[in-house]
Amino acid sequence: MTAMLNVRDLRAYYGQVQALHGMAFDLSEGSMTTLLGANGAGKTTTLRAICNMVRSTGTIEFEGAPLIGRPTESIVRLGIAHVPQGRGTFTTMTVEENLQLGAITRTDRAGVVSDIERMYDHFPVLKDRYTQQAGTLSGGEQQMLAVARALMLRPRLMLLDEPSFGLAPLIVRDLFKILGKINREDKVTILVVEQNAQLALELADKAYVIETGRIVMSGSASEIANNEDVRKSYLGY
Amino acid sequence: MSAIEETVTEAAAVEAVPKKAMTLGYGTSLAVLVLLIAVPLLVKNFIIFQLTMLLIYAVAVLALNILTGGSGQFSLGQSAFYAVGAYTSAILMEHGGINYALTLPVAGVICFGFGFLFGQPALRLSGVYLALATFALATAMPQLLKLGAFEYWTGGVQGLVVTKPDAPFGLPMSQDMWLYYFTLAISLAIYIFSVNLLRSRSGRAFMAIRDNEIAASAMGIDVALYKTLAFGVSAGITGVAGGLGAIAVQFVAPDSYTIALAISLFLGMVVGGVGWLPGSIVGSAFIIFVPNIAEGISKGLSGAVFGVLLFLVIFLVPHGARQGAIVVQHLIGKLRGN
Amino acid sequence: MELFTNQVLAGISTGAIYACMALAVVMIYQAIDHLNFAQGEMAMFSTFISWQLMQWGVPYWGAFVLTLVLSFIGGIAIERLLFKPLAKAPILTNVAGFIALYSIVNSVAGLIWDFTIKQYPTPFGSYPFLGSQLISTHQAGMIGVTILLLIGLFFFFRFTRMGLAMRAAASLPESARLVGINTSWMIALGWGMAAAIGSIAGMMIAPVVFLEPNMMLGVLIYGFAAAVLGGLTSPLGAVIGGFLVGIMENLAGTYIPGAGNELKLPIALALIIVVLVVKPAGLLGRPIVKRV
Repeated sequence: MTAMLNVRDLRAYYGQVQALHGMAFDLSEGSMTTLLGANGAGKTTTLRAICNMVRSTGTIEFEGAPLIGRPTESIVRLGIAHVPQGRGTFTTMTVEENLQLGAITRTDRAGVVSDIERMYDHFPVLKDRYTQQAGTLSGGEQQMLAVARALMLRPRLMLLDEPSFGLAPLIVRDLFKILGKINREDKVTILVVEQNAQLALELADKAYVIETGRIVMSGSASEIANNEDVRKSYLGY
Repeated sequence: MSAIEETVTEAAAVEAVPKKAMTLGYGTSLAVLVLLIAVPLLVKNFIIFQLTMLLIYAVAVLALNILTGGSGQFSLGQSAFYAVGAYTSAILMEHGGINYALTLPVAGVICFGFGFLFGQPALRLSGVYLALATFALATAMPQLLKLGAFEYWTGGVQGLVVTKPDAPFGLPMSQDMWLYYFTLAISLAIYIFSVNLLRSRSGRAFMAIRDNEIAASAMGIDVALYKTLAFGVSAGITGVAGGLGAIAVQFVAPDSYTIALAISLFLGMVVGGVGWLPGSIVGSAFIIFVPNIAEGISKGLSGAVFGVLLFLVIFLVPHGARQGAIVVQHLIGKLRGN
Repeated sequence: MELFTNQVLAGISTGAIYACMALAVVMIYQAIDHLNFAQGEMAMFSTFISWQLMQWGVPYWGAFVLTLVLSFIGGIAIERLLFKPLAKAPILTNVAGFIALYSIVNSVAGLIWDFTIKQYPTPFGSYPFLGSQLISTHQAGMIGVTILLLIGLFFFFRFTRMGLAMRAAASLPESARLVGINTSWMIALGWGMAAAIGSIAGMMIAPVVFLEPNMMLGVLIYGFAAAVLGGLTSPLGAVIGGFLVGIMENLAGTYIPGAGNELKLPIALALIIVVLVVKPAGLLGRPIVKRV
């Protein structure tokens, strides 16, 4: 399997502060990969670097196309959807408008309409509220909306930043079930950053553990999950 | 969650300036002071008058700087406070026969009160809304001064003529030169007061509010009190500048204090560097001399020349004179290092 | 009672001027989150362009459309050249930039067309409207144009992809980029639209206040007042605010003793302050929630 996303020697900076110190990893097409690590390890920064939302150097290639230096919106147009931390909901707009915004770069009107219907199948709660202002949704509903909005792009690669953040455990289970389904059925490659390592490792094929901006361990999800040292020192359970 | 990340907040109205960077070192201050004392001895009376105006506007810009650079609040309405100060001095001198020097503290106190009161509604506004409210105040002021009801005191549209004071104790200097040194002394006092104010507890409270209002209130700072206080202090100092201005120009009239003056003071602050108090004098020089220069370059296009110069400042030295000062400081540091 | 009705009618007709300007103000505020103090001057300049075109023999509606297009392009050009580089600068720097623009536009217009007052034609004629002495056909036409404009904007923002993208870019730029919207161009587009709407306002207002480089100053202040009253985030609010300011201005001039003409402006401004204090979001605006 050839890699869909190649990351080599990635360094990222916030002003003078360096947050990533030479990250390297690959995502193979159709895989579901998780990035694990403690607070401040650089997980969010890694995702932001892929979408060029933080100043970074090194190489990131998506299906051969270099991403570094490319504007965020044009990276998105390559088929990379990013569900940011805090969900990025357009709170003053309706649920349906949020979904339409997800597909704003697409020109196939009919496809967009049928995809909105598909999202309502995936997330029935959104269908009940499609005329409602998105800001009035609960946290879990907003997270569903964020994922649905990202899917409206018909992405090849989806980046998720802490989708479980602030959600009740039951809702998190649901959400991950849907993510697994999207990964398997729609063949969307997924890179997910998670605090809830246990859950993420259950679903993912592959995992990387990062610490202070470097990858310190990688392997299949089950290897990482079963590695006693990793569990104790990095995952904390 | 990474430790370093951006949070969703309203963009800061003003870039934060570290407290230390708000003033000059002792050596530089002394050099500037010597220069300010020496120059009038060498130039003609008209230039001395211009230098007096330079100091007066510098004080007014400084006042705005305390408000904006210190507490992060906008004002496009400083001309209103300036006008109140000017009229207070003029009315006290011409109707009350009070000594010019004594009118200044009164002007300061009245404007402090006015500013403090205006600060109450302004409390609930921020950024662009506050700019708009103060803009409204500045536009309304000349109209209010023209009101028939106050005409006996204000002289209506005609305004009031103010007597120029002589040098006291039979000092052998011209009226202009005396007024210059008088203004210099007051400006200096205000500058020292302002520097100390910003270094004090209140100054720290101002800056905390500027940098993050919600966090400041969470730290137990009485945000409402300090914001109105900043307005009051700023207005009070502007009022003193207005009083001095009335004495120097020997005339007050409603149309001297239009929104154009407020905009000038605002530009003076931007050019001088927001939050950098010594920059006030550079900003003041900009608003006094650049329109003349613009007029010199092209009579019909002076407004355009002025605008272009302003754009150049914004683009090339967005931090105003402060940026220039930092560059000079680095150069001196390098020279010393060699 | 008849005096009251008449004053309200007169207020509505002057209010149409403010409504038009307020709409342009809201438009740009939506796109860039700033109040453009040079907006009035830009509108004045556009109006002069249309006047010049007519002097050269272009018929009214031809000049109207041409001016609209030129203003749209001009607005985009100003944004690209002067304000795009300031996008990340503090609000303060932007305000200084607006003032510089104001100064330049005003001065250049004065140089090209000088400061003498010029007559400006109206396409609607200036006869009594439906027999009323208080509203002329021009003023009725102006109200009609404002309402049409409002409806057009409503449809644009509500039902077109471009309108949706512009709203998204204005409300959450980062999220907008993450769905592939080029937010920087949306801002430029906002400038273009605001300039075009401003030009309509200018061309509608000029027959009433006459054409000269300082014609917009008072109008802009009332336009701001109207926009603030209606809510800076709501085009409909801006139009309603415009009519309300016009009506209140006229009623205050009639019923408040000693107010007369000289106090009209301070009253409008006091109104801004009162509204800002009592209901900062305006009548129809969204409240702004602040976070640490």
